[in-house]
Amino acid sequence: MKPTPHESANLHVTGRAVYVDDAPSPHGCLWVHPVTSPVARGTLRYADASAARALPGVHAVLFDHDIPGDGLIGPIVHDEPLLSRGPLHFFGQPIAIVVAETRELAEQAAALVTLEIDEQPPILTIDGAIEAQDFLGTPHVIARGDIEKGLEGAEHVVHGEMRCGGQDHFYLETQAALVTPLEDSGFHILSSTQHPTEIQKMAALVLGLPANRVVCEVPRMGGGFGGKESQATQPACWAALGAWATGRPCRVRFSRHQDMAWTGKRHPFMGRYSAGFTDGKLVALKTDIYCNGGWSQDLSIPILDRAMFHTDNAYFIQDLHFQGHACRTNLPSNTAFRGFGGPQGVLVVEDAINRFAESQGLDAAQVRADSFYQEQQPTPYGQVLEGVRLRRIWKELRESSGYPERRSAEQGQGWVRSGIGFQPVKFGISFTASLLNQAGALVLVYADGSVQLNHGGTEMGQGLHSKMLKICAIELGVPQSKIRVMRTATDKVPNTSATAASSGTDLNGAAVKNACHQIRERMAKIRATMPGAPSFAQVALQCWINQVSLAASGFYATPGIGYDREAGRGTPFFYFAYGASVCEVNVNALTGEYRLVRADILHDVGDSILPGVDKGQVEGGFVQGLGWLTQEELINRPNGSAVTLGPSTYKIPSIGDIPRDFTVKLLDKAPQHGVIHGSKAVGEPPFMLAIAVLTALRHAISSFGPGPVELAVPATPEAVLRAITIQKGELPRA
Amino acid sequence: MFSLTLNGTRRHIRDVSPNTTLLDWLRERGHVGTKEGCAEGDCGACTVAIREGESWKAINSCLVPLPAMADREVLSVEGLSEPGKPLHPAQQAMVETLGSQCGYCTPGFVMSIFEAGHRPDLKGPENAWKLDDQLCGNLCRCTGYRPIRQALEQVAGTHPADGFQGQSPPIEALSYQAGEERFFRPATLEALWPLLEHHPKATLVCGATDLGLDITQKGVRFPTLISLEALPIGGLERRETGWRIGATMSLADLESAAPLPILTRMLRYFASRQIKHRATLGGNLCTASPIGDSAPVLMALGASVVLASKAGERSVLLDDFFLDYRKIDLRPGEILAYIDIPHPKPNTLRGAYKVSKRREMDISAVSAAFVVELSAGIVSSARLAYGGMAATTKRASATEAMLIGKPWNDENLELAIAALDFTPMSDHRGSAWYRTQVAGNLLRGFYAETRDTPVPELQEGHIGTVQVSGPVETQP
Ligand SMILES: Cc1cc2nc3c(=O)[nH]c(=O)nc-3n(C[C@H](O)[C@H](O)[C@H](O)COP(=O)(O)OP(=O)(O)OC[C@H]3O[C@@H](n4cnc5c(N)ncnc54)[C@H](O)[C@@H]3O)c2cc1C
Ligand code: FES
Ligand code: FES
Repeated sequence: MKPTPHESANLHVTGRAVYVDDAPSPHGCLWVHPVTSPVARGTLRYADASAARALPGVHAVLFDHDIPGDGLIGPIVHDEPLLSRGPLHFFGQPIAIVVAETRELAEQAAALVTLEIDEQPPILTIDGAIEAQDFLGTPHVIARGDIEKGLEGAEHVVHGEMRCGGQDHFYLETQAALVTPLEDSGFHILSSTQHPTEIQKMAALVLGLPANRVVCEVPRMGGGFGGKESQATQPACWAALGAWATGRPCRVRFSRHQDMAWTGKRHPFMGRYSAGFTDGKLVALKTDIYCNGGWSQDLSIPILDRAMFHTDNAYFIQDLHFQGHACRTNLPSNTAFRGFGGPQGVLVVEDAINRFAESQGLDAAQVRADSFYQEQQPTPYGQVLEGVRLRRIWKELRESSGYPERRSAEQGQGWVRSGIGFQPVKFGISFTASLLNQAGALVLVYADGSVQLNHGGTEMGQGLHSKMLKICAIELGVPQSKIRVMRTATDKVPNTSATAASSGTDLNGAAVKNACHQIRERMAKIRATMPGAPSFAQVALQCWINQVSLAASGFYATPGIGYDREAGRGTPFFYFAYGASVCEVNVNALTGEYRLVRADILHDVGDSILPGVDKGQVEGGFVQGLGWLTQEELINRPNGSAVTLGPSTYKIPSIGDIPRDFTVKLLDKAPQHGVIHGSKAVGEPPFMLAIAVLTALRHAISSFGPGPVELAVPATPEAVLRAITIQKGELPRA
Repeated sequence: MFSLTLNGTRRHIRDVSPNTTLLDWLRERGHVGTKEGCAEGDCGACTVAIREGESWKAINSCLVPLPAMADREVLSVEGLSEPGKPLHPAQQAMVETLGSQCGYCTPGFVMSIFEAGHRPDLKGPENAWKLDDQLCGNLCRCTGYRPIRQALEQVAGTHPADGFQGQSPPIEALSYQAGEERFFRPATLEALWPLLEHHPKATLVCGATDLGLDITQKGVRFPTLISLEALPIGGLERRETGWRIGATMSLADLESAAPLPILTRMLRYFASRQIKHRATLGGNLCTASPIGDSAPVLMALGASVVLASKAGERSVLLDDFFLDYRKIDLRPGEILAYIDIPHPKPNTLRGAYKVSKRREMDISAVSAAFVVELSAGIVSSARLAYGGMAATTKRASATEAMLIGKPWNDENLELAIAALDFTPMSDHRGSAWYRTQVAGNLLRGFYAETRDTPVPELQEGHIGTVQVSGPVETQP
């Protein structure tokens, strides 16, 4: 059967799909541009905007004291001044906004604002923050058993330190917003955001208005990946402030450079560990992990938490002690990014396993498989696992990929060497702040039988609308062609959670189903009074005639989950998604260049609602993970400004980087009980499958000499050549 | 005033600054199907096609100053099919393969695939590598590319009967002014000289793949631009003494004409298809970037540049053309008109290499080209040129001197590598350590590569810039 294309595919390919910046400017529209901090740390003494204000076409230059409402925003704690109040925390921090006739003029005027600043030396790294003991929030501990005894009793103990860098979201569509003031002192916000309710809340807060005065609408996003979960707020609030101050529509769009300079990224992590192994199995793990949170909390605490929830990855560990800290640094506040800390947590344990296998001459895949969770075993935080699919996946993938034969046929001689790696993943599904696991929908049936579908989730390319369409069609019993998915808007579905944590389909799908059932029940009663087999449209008309409501709002909240952070215990996840990959690389020892020549993936998406869409998520997630681990390198100058500000310097994967031999299969017959249509979430888990590439590289590199491999992440050609040189004993180990 | 054809409709343009890019012009006029993803030529979201000869060429609309499109036929994604009518095969393939997720990159990919449909040279497994090349200038953050590649495979080289067959209109001389800003495009050298004389501060432009960045990234507004595009210096000529390449020939045309295998090998990893459709050798040499990719190859081949002015022509060896970091021996009133490459001697070993963080569409960390002449196993001349190792493209003269008169063997190779005396810098593309290691290893790789065949060509699926397809006995 042919896979179902994306619900907007025809619009995409014809260029008719509308994104925020494509919306025509309303009459009198102005542009907003920020005045930003030219230092990463310091204090603003004085700002003079007179030259900027004097430019013809400049309508306003606004500072913190011009904000009518509360100038402090932030997704969890409100610790971010929308415009600086004096202290400067990162290079590019907004100090004021300029509102002007054109984008160029606003930018030009912003450059005319003179600033007097006392500069201080910035802290940019995890090590710097540890030295200064500057942390965000409180540390988190998850422990079980007696770690010291566990390590003492283990046959082998390896110690190590895993470091990974950040990652720019590089959504192809940069941040953008368009705000129109309305007649009744209300505001309409068109935003490229994963979280319209957040935009509504924050804009209302900033303008000192009740939430009902602000409507946020999302046409679609040109990619989000977490980068538009909390950080679409700033541009939208600037535009709202500009619209409030001038009474005219205001818009903003970041250039790529601005987007990369001003917005947060995936958190870099450092994890120190001691891992105990007995009989080739992981039995004890002690970790101390640190993430680089940037200047404010944003989502750093839940990201740290999720990293710790995933430090076990797919392995049962008898004795463990995980501790985590979020570091405060003078960088843009790092934020959500596909996996939400999970990948960084997983990297720690995978690094330990690789190091152990390399130092003992064992096959890392065997160590992994031998350490897999069994049914009914508890996670480190005490959630008992049901429906563990790791062994089944490994068995099927080992066969389909031919792992054992190919592993023993690795080329360990000459200039081009090969390596093959295996990576399993177990990923917890639910927002770990349990209250966020709720969603709403609004289904409107018209008397002619056509349907409008509203739900609280946003479409960023992940195919959520396509899935909602299918669910709605099945639940109402109408063809999809009769249903129109509406833009996400806070005046249709209120109080929504971000479309994040891979949960969009689970939560919104269940809410859509709930709404459809209400309507179906009402229609069924009318249908029963009608002769023959009336069509949906005929029944709809009859309902109207009989004064029966054809609209329903649906709701869903995930049952039975909760987590006590103080105790480090609970059931944070409704269920887990599983998957595994086998990847093979060929490495050129002269330059460190390499090619990923083959990747085989088997992934568990439950009973897929749309297999084509799910496969696309797996492939896209894998390649994004590949980019993070192998080539995407963010570089800052010592003064905290960014070197890597665009695709010319920041290299995300391009078409030549994907394996020519690339097989993705979805696990067959794998319904998930209690989830919409038996499906499972798919957005984030496949991201981690790319770790197989690191293991494969390490295998190839280990053929150059004895001992564990010192391969930095991202494993650029330079990092690989360095690792080879170390392996050959020609460079000292770090 | 000038005019261009957009999606079949003639547009007359006046009062638009010549520093306006084609992309901005399109979007300001409501043709918002074409997207901006970077405005630096690297993401391809802005890809449109222009007709050239009988075919179409994908280009980055974000880098092109609008007047450079005068007289041309431009096709944007909106022009491929009409609402309510069947989709163009390039669009249909992207729908069927699920090649779009968020859809933001999609119009750009569609246009690159459209071009591929009209390319005669993409069929067959021997051309498989060209498929990656065709799309390496388009980034997608959502799909992981597999479905897009599938869409490309379905369409490439099929010559769909889509009504877009035809012949490009002639490109004529242009003299355009909007406000205080001017754009000239003379069609003859005789017309160029007075322009250069009257506008001594004018900036020359050809493909604008470098100059466009000044406009979009640095906000430069050029008061006067003189485009060399319409001058009759864009051809390739085989002369008795060597090849003469016109300075304004597009790199894509040069790549398909393929006069010399090591030039082709360099062009394989030069930027993207879109960039190569506009970029020229003249522009690449005149920007004098120490990591420009053509200079090492041309230098190793002993090329000279022909600099033309009203007073006549002078020929300068490329070695002498680069004076310092981004400084060249180009005098006021001169243009770079031709590049002369002497025919390589038959008994020479030749190789060209490029190492970058990402294989496709990246700027070199190190590039190198080597031409070594042997007589009876003894090195009689050696030209070893490196990019990325110094402030300019530079020959490893100490190493060359050391090799001459010596047998070309393992032992002398190692001595030659030890004699490399560069002190490269560290930056985001590579550390000094890496550059130094690679510089030596490329020579080692060249030695191994050319043992069987003097001028090896790149094979599909090669691992790294040095082509060692399988294991070789020599340990690294
Ligand atoms: C995305 C991207 C990728 C790139 N990748 C690569 C790469 O892989 N390798 C690489 O080497 N370069 C790369 N470049 C740089 C660029 O494409 C080349 O330098 C190109 O060859 C410039 O040619 P052009 O005709 O576009 O020059 P233009 O931009 O038109 O001009 C560049 C400069 O040269 C001058 N000039 C141009 N022609 C002449 C002439 N005939 N006589 C005198 N002066 C002249 C102009 O005045 C101007 O200062 C890349 C650029 C981009 C945007
Ligand atoms: S906008 Fe990215 S290449 Fe033009
Ligand atoms: S589909 Fe989103 S960037 Fe390609």
